This record gives sequence, C-alpha cells and structure tokens, in this order.
Amino acid sequence: MTAPAVAVSRARRGWRRGQSQGVGSPWRQPLAIVGVGVVVVWTLVALLAPVIAPADPIAQTSPLFLAPGAHHWFGTDELGRDVFSRVVFGTRITLPLAALLVAASMAIGSVLGGLAGLLGGAVDTVIMRIADLVFAFPGIILAMAVTAALGPQLRNAVIAVIIVSWPIYARLVRGLVLSARTSQYVLSSRLLGASSWRALLVDIRPNVAGPVLVMGALDLGNAILLLSGLSFLGLGAQPPAAEWGSMVAAGSINFDKWWISLFPGLAILTVVLAFNFVGDTLRDALDPRTARALRA
Amino acid sequence: MTQLRERTAVLEASGVCVDYGPRRRRVRAVDSVNLSVRPGEVLGLVGESGCGKSSLGRALVGLEPAAEGSVRFAGQAVTPLSRRRRPELLRPLQMVFQDPYGSLNPRRKVGELIADGVRLRNGSRAEAQSLPAELLERVGLAADAVNKYPHEFSGGQRQRIAIARTLAARPRCIVADEPISALDASAQAQVANLLLTLAKEDGVAMVFISHDLSVVRQIADRVAVMYLGGIVEIGPTDAVWADPTHPYTEALVSAIPRADGLGALPVDLPGDVPDPGSPPSGCRFHPRCPLAEDRCSTTVPLLTDLPPEYDRAAACLVRVPADS
Amino acid sequence: MTATRQTVPADQPAQTARLLEVENLTVSLPTRQGHCNAVDGVSFGIDRGAILGLAGESGSGKTMTAMAMLGLLPHGARTGGSIRLAGTELRTMSQRGLRNVRGRRIALISQDPATSLHPMLSVGTQLTEHMRHHLGLSKDAAHARAVELLTTVRIPNPEQALGHHPGVFSGGMRQRIAIASALACDPDVLLADEPTTALDVTVQAGILRLLDRLRRERGLAVLIITHDLGVLSAVADDVCVMYGGRIVERGRRAEVLGRPGHPYTRALLDALPHPETPDSALRPIPGSPPALGAIGDWCAFEPRCGLRIEACGQRRPLLNMLPGAPAAALRDAATTDASTTDASTTDVTSTSDHEAAATSEHEAACFVTAPAGAR
Repeated sequence: MTAPAVAVSRARRGWRRGQSQGVGSPWRQPLAIVGVGVVVVWTLVALLAPVIAPADPIAQTSPLFLAPGAHHWFGTDELGRDVFSRVVFGTRITLPLAALLVAASMAIGSVLGGLAGLLGGAVDTVIMRIADLVFAFPGIILAMAVTAALGPQLRNAVIAVIIVSWPIYARLVRGLVLSARTSQYVLSSRLLGASSWRALLVDIRPNVAGPVLVMGALDLGNAILLLSGLSFLGLGAQPPAAEWGSMVAAGSINFDKWWISLFPGLAILTVVLAFNFVGDTLRDALDPRTARALRA
Repeated sequence: MTQLRERTAVLEASGVCVDYGPRRRRVRAVDSVNLSVRPGEVLGLVGESGCGKSSLGRALVGLEPAAEGSVRFAGQAVTPLSRRRRPELLRPLQMVFQDPYGSLNPRRKVGELIADGVRLRNGSRAEAQSLPAELLERVGLAADAVNKYPHEFSGGQRQRIAIARTLAARPRCIVADEPISALDASAQAQVANLLLTLAKEDGVAMVFISHDLSVVRQIADRVAVMYLGGIVEIGPTDAVWADPTHPYTEALVSAIPRADGLGALPVDLPGDVPDPGSPPSGCRFHPRCPLAEDRCSTTVPLLTDLPPEYDRAAACLVRVPADS
Repeated sequence: MTATRQTVPADQPAQTARLLEVENLTVSLPTRQGHCNAVDGVSFGIDRGAILGLAGESGSGKTMTAMAMLGLLPHGARTGGSIRLAGTELRTMSQRGLRNVRGRRIALISQDPATSLHPMLSVGTQLTEHMRHHLGLSKDAAHARAVELLTTVRIPNPEQALGHHPGVFSGGMRQRIAIASALACDPDVLLADEPTTALDVTVQAGILRLLDRLRRERGLAVLIITHDLGVLSAVADDVCVMYGGRIVERGRRAEVLGRPGHPYTRALLDALPHPETPDSALRPIPGSPPALGAIGDWCAFEPRCGLRIEACGQRRPLLNMLPGAPAAALRDAATTDASTTDASTTDVTSTSDHEAAATSEHEAACFVTAPAGAR
C-alpha cells in the first residue's frame, strides 16, 4: 500500500521541480564550465599539434637540460628535445587512446552486463564472478601484470587497461537491466507481446545509456591515469614516443630538472580533473534528482 | 446480471496458489482461489495489504507462476512469461498497474508507447501511425499527446495513457491492480469511470483489484473479498455490501469512513493481519473475529454457497453452516 | 471552531484565546517565473482538544501550510502573515527557537511512519533518547514513560515492543509508534499529514479512533491534513477546504460536508464514491488543478467551475458567510461587517481581521454561492 505515498512524494517533488527550474542548468556551474573549457582546449591542442608545437617532439636538436625560457617555454629534456612540443604532441597519444579505451571497455562491459542481467542464471554467475575477480585486484597492479605478461608495449598497455576497466560497466549495466527488467513499464511491454530481447533494446537501453555515458566520462580520467601510470613504469609507451607518463618517468630520474616532469604531470592533472568535472556535470544533468538539488 | 450470467467466462482461475520466497521458507501468498469473469463484467477483488490480491492479479495474467492450480483465458492456459514473446492468444489479456509513474517508460514518447501495442500484434504501419491518437482521445486526452513524454502528464492522465496502451492490444480482459489508489479523488473518478465504460460498452472483462471497498462498490458487478490469501466471500456487490455474510467483510464495510459530515467514527478491527508465513490454524480470520468459536481455530472453513436466494458464497463456520 | 475550549495559561493575551492561530499565512516558492504563492492568505485557528481538518488535493498547498508551521519550508521560500502558538509568533522565530518548538510543542506525524522512525534503532532507543534529550529525563524515567506512551497508543506488550526494531511492526503499528514518539514531549499541537493514507481501512479506523481519544483525554489540538474527506468526516470538528493555495471553504464539519457551500467542495464530494447510493456514477471534476504560479487575482477554481459568472475570472472572491448560516454562528460576527467587504477593493490584509474574528461561521470564497452581503 505504498502507492499513495509514492503519489504524494511525487507531487512534492513536482513543486520542487517547478520551483528550481529558473536557477540554471548544471552546465552553467563554474566547475562544469572549467571542465568543458579545459577538455575543449586540450582537444584543440591535439588537433592542431603540428601548428602549435614549435619543434619536432622527437628531434634532439637543442642543448640538453635547458630551463624554461623564451625559446623553449617548458625547457628541454635530457636528450635536448623541446618539452613544450612533446607535451603538445603527447595529447595525440593520450586523448585518442583514452577515448578508445573507454569506448572499448564500455562496449564490452555493457554487452556482458546486459547479457548477465537479461539471461541470469549460469551466464550471470560466470560473467559476474570474472568481474569480481578483476575487481579483487587493484587496477594498476593487474594492468601491470597483464602488460608484463604480454610485453611492455603501448598496445598491450591499452589491452591491459581495457581488461581492468570493463567490469565497472558490466556491473552498472547488469544492475540497471535487472531493475528495469522487473519494472512495470517493461512488464507491460512484455504483456503486449514484446520478447525480452525487444524489451532490452527498446525499453531498457534508453534508460541504461545515460548512466553508462556518465560512467564513461568519469572513467576517461581514470583511463588516462592508468595508461600514464603504465608508461611511467615503463610498461606502456616506449621511447622515443612523446607520452606524458613516460615523460614524467624520464624527468623523475633528473629530478633537479623539475621542468621535464612537471609540465607533462600538469598536463595529466588538468586533463583528468577536467574529465571528472565533465562527468560529474553529465551525471547531474542526466539525473533529475541531483540536478534539482544543485539548482535549488 | 442475468445477462452476464449467460455468457461464458473469459478468464477462469481454478485452485490457484502462488508461493513466494526461498524454497525453505515458502510463503503461500494465494491459497486455492477459484474465480471467473465474464465479458462485460467487472469483478472487484478487495482486501487489505498482504491479503494476496496483487499476487493473484499477477498470476491471472501470467506475471507470476501458479504453484498449484491453473488460469485459463478464452480456453487457453495462461502460461508464465518466458524470455520469448507472449503467445498471441494471450495478448488480449492485459494488466493495468498501480503506479502510473512506473508503468510508462520515461524515455519514450507516449505515441511510441501506444504504437507498441499495434506493432507487437503485427498491425499495419498505418494503424501504428493513427491508432495512438485515436486511443488517446478515447481515454479523454488530446491527440497531440502522442508527441509528449510521460513526465509531462499528471498521475491520472498517465494512468489513462497506460490504459490506452493496453487498448492498442485489443484487450478482452483487463486485470487492473489498484489502478486508482495512487490518484487524487477527481482523477480516481475519471479512471474508474473509464474502466467501467470499457467493460460496459466494449464488453471487456475486468478484474478490478482494490483495497477500497467503497470504490469497488461503485463499479463492480461482483466482489470477491480476500483475507490472508483466500477468498472469504464472493457475490453480487450490492448484496455483499448491504448484508455482508463473512465477519471480515462486515468489518471492512463498517471501517469505511463516510464523507457525510455526520462524524461517525469508523469501527476498527482489533489486531493485525497475521504473518502469511505462519497463518493461524483453522479459519485464518479467527484470532480477530468477534464471532469466533472454538471450532474456528481447528476447522478450515471452505467457501460454501449460501442458499440460492442469496446468490453468493462465503467461508465461515459460524455464519454458513456446512450443510446449507 | 469552538470545540472544548480549555483553560488557557494566564500569561497569554486574552484576545488570542486560540492555542494555534494562523493568520493570513502566505508561502511563496521560487519558480521560473519568480516567486509564486503556494499558500495564499490562509487563516485558521485550533483550540485545545479540537481537531481541525485541512482538505485538498495534491498541490493545493495543504502540506506547505503545515511545513510553514514547523519552519521546514524548502530553501528559498518566503513567508508572510503570522503563525502564533499560544501567543508566540513562530513565523519569524529563529531556527534554534523553532527546533525547540518542533517536537516539544508541535509534533508531526507523516503519511509514512518509515520516514519518522529510524530503521536501525530499536523503538525503545528512539523513544527514550528523544525524551532524555528534550526533557532531561533519567534512563529509568524515560523507559517508564516510553512504556506508558506505547500503552496509550495501544501497542500490545509495550515492554517487549521497546526492544524491537520498527521493521518488525506492521504499517498500522508503526504509525501508532510514530504517534507515541510524537507524544513523547507532551506537545500542544499534533500535525498529522495524511496520517492514514498509507494504511488499510480497518487500521485507519483504529488510528482515527486513537487521535480522537488523544484529543479528548490530553486536550491535544490536532491538525489533520488529508485529501480524504471521509477521514475528516469521521473525526474533525471543523474543516477547511483548500484549493490553489487558498482556503475556499471552512466551517463546522457537518456544515461543510453536509451542505457544501463552495462549488469545489461539492465537486470533490461528488467525485467520491457514495456507498449508500450505488447507482450514481462517480463524477470527476473536469480539467486539472492549476499549476503553481498560474493563479492570479481571480477565483482559482473558475476554469473548472460549473457555476462561474463573469466576476469569477476578474476578481478574487474572499471568504464570505454562506446564506442560511445558523444564527448561533453569528455570535462573534457582530463586531465585523461582512456586508461591506467588496472583493474588488479590499486587500487581503485588511480582511484577515474580519476572517479571524468570524471563523466560527460556515464560509466560502465564491461570488455565486456566498455573495458578499448575503446572510
């Protein structure tokens, strides 16, 4: 007999919604603006890298260990390469790979999670136990082990990160599918004659897409950190590629030459933070409840 | 009534039991229920929370498997939903749910939701285009609602949209599970009247599940009163209301507050509904029953027909002697 | 609204004899179109031992009225008018002061007892902590009082019940426990927001009987907020019907429900099932309630009203006495002159005095059924 309770609480929420709409969308919050701005700037940098970078990122043409100055804004590294140019070109490795990583783990996780939620039984058990197994290890350790086993290479690092990241999507999608599967709107479609596959595609998918996208945006930052971490440990991008993680690693050997690692480190920091801001905002925008709390 | 009586039942439940919970601690939510509904008839199913009326309703349409007994719809056995499409012959058996906020997919347009009913019975594309607007007008909404999302409507309007959706499947029987209890008074009247019209004008058989006997009184031809999983009384609504046989029905009728301004305090029924997991022995109502005798705690009363002039059945050892 | 007036403490001004007096209360909420009145010029009063019913559909402002009395309005809400509890103004009181009033002097029970009882703490802990905090009782005294309270609300085996978690109890029992907890500090006023909506009818009957007994035995003033006119018919002494944030009709229960004066009240009663006359179909009210902010200075019910005349869409009707009100009800009205009240020229503030003084009559805010000057 909770129906009247539902009705009344909805009605109450109703006026709250009415009350709060004028104040602004989540995308107008300061952190959202900063996040989107930083992501846009980094994307432009990636697209225009050859135009922006004053030097070839791998060319060892300048004096070694030059401190930041007018010619080399971020200084030069231990091989005489322009750090600024390397940071700029680094976007061309980090951003597309992070997007690829997240897209791949999102796809794998969603399909497996959807299957587990829809089919249940043994399929569910097998998929979710594997996911639990992955969850049981700290991400970076498992990714290290996988990369080490496959051989230290950027491609293998990417595979490792995907292996580490898909279970969160699987878990999320499975939960959403499970709750949607017994929801009244799916049941009423089923009674009209929809197969459970059709219900999954037509009725459940649109309700799963939002949360998965939010998870993806939040996970972009994570993926970048993991990938840079692996490169930092020498398991990812191999020299002379201009990859931020390996640049930080190179700088850490000569830590009195702070600029070598500081600038790629800052690059990682800003990108990761920006993606987290965007992810949070996306969540607020898609989830009416938090959106309302924010606006009220 | 006599006219209804001549038609054969479209939905028939015999000995239906519904169980819940893990194997060790099975709870029998519905215990050996028999009932039938004829085309154009509204059967009210009344009882308080935990009496099993919703479980029975779900079992009637196949959302819940029957542990024992069977449900037949138009001569076809009602099978529980599997992963596959529901058998075409069962699709004219539809359900309207309680929560008008949960029964419509929030991310799909109203027109699409209703067109589902057409598409899934392989209706033509033209019909899928035109029927939603027609059905919306039929349930008292503007045709341009097809392009809106469910959240743009009030609870009562949503419930009418949900009904329009079931109408797209050309229903012959609708099981409505507390369809109006989440609505405001005026919306309640609209939805109840709509369901009544469908039964009376289109000959849809209706099972109207509600905790509110006064609403059921208004729209049902017959009423079945449930207590703790079983039907304790069934008969024509007027007669049951005016002269309840079972003491539980009596308590239910006298607990309803009348909005007449006379200030009569409703009569309360002492005690609580017992845990269905360990129901009382004998008559399940006996611990709360003002008429209970010793034998009530040992003998299970069966739903017994009263003499023909009463035209109903009740399960009470005191009021309905077994040899009547 | 004169039910069982009891002695009022001497330190209160004589003219505010009412225990709780709400006058011209306005609550406006921020919306896209700026602040809109969710509660608009609402006045009523409750005496000790009386039950006042506030009826209305969802969105009528009835819950907002109660929340204003507790100082629990949503962020950004603005209030006007006054809420006096035994002469003390609550509307302008500080949050700290209000915290003291809430629970101690005004208690709330809500529709869903699950929201007022903590699921993980035993009933005993919740009842006694509350009393020890607010009343400074010792552990044993608090325990004894908790047992006494549970006995009052008729919980079987109160000693044992104290050790259980709320989840063990049925909905009706939980509501009884919530009432016991509301009574813990011996409040003067109980606000009951849809107290029986989530309950079965047989259980509802028990709760209504309990509320009726509490007001008689303890002199508790009860404000019941509900959409269910049947509930009010059973226990309320006086009934106020709200629509669009305004009180559109008020008077003695038998008057309002037996001879409804406002077209909305009539429509609401017609929409209910009438068990004694089975063949009349339920008559829904056409249209839907107005949205927040859609109500201007006219009758909020005008678009849905079958009796509307030109004036209804142009001016706002104020509460006027209905023709044929019993002469005894005119007792207090001698000082005010309702006949001069012209809705088009009088602003709300100046009429509120008249309203406050004349609350014992059966009044409706309608140009057609209660035209100004009619007696």
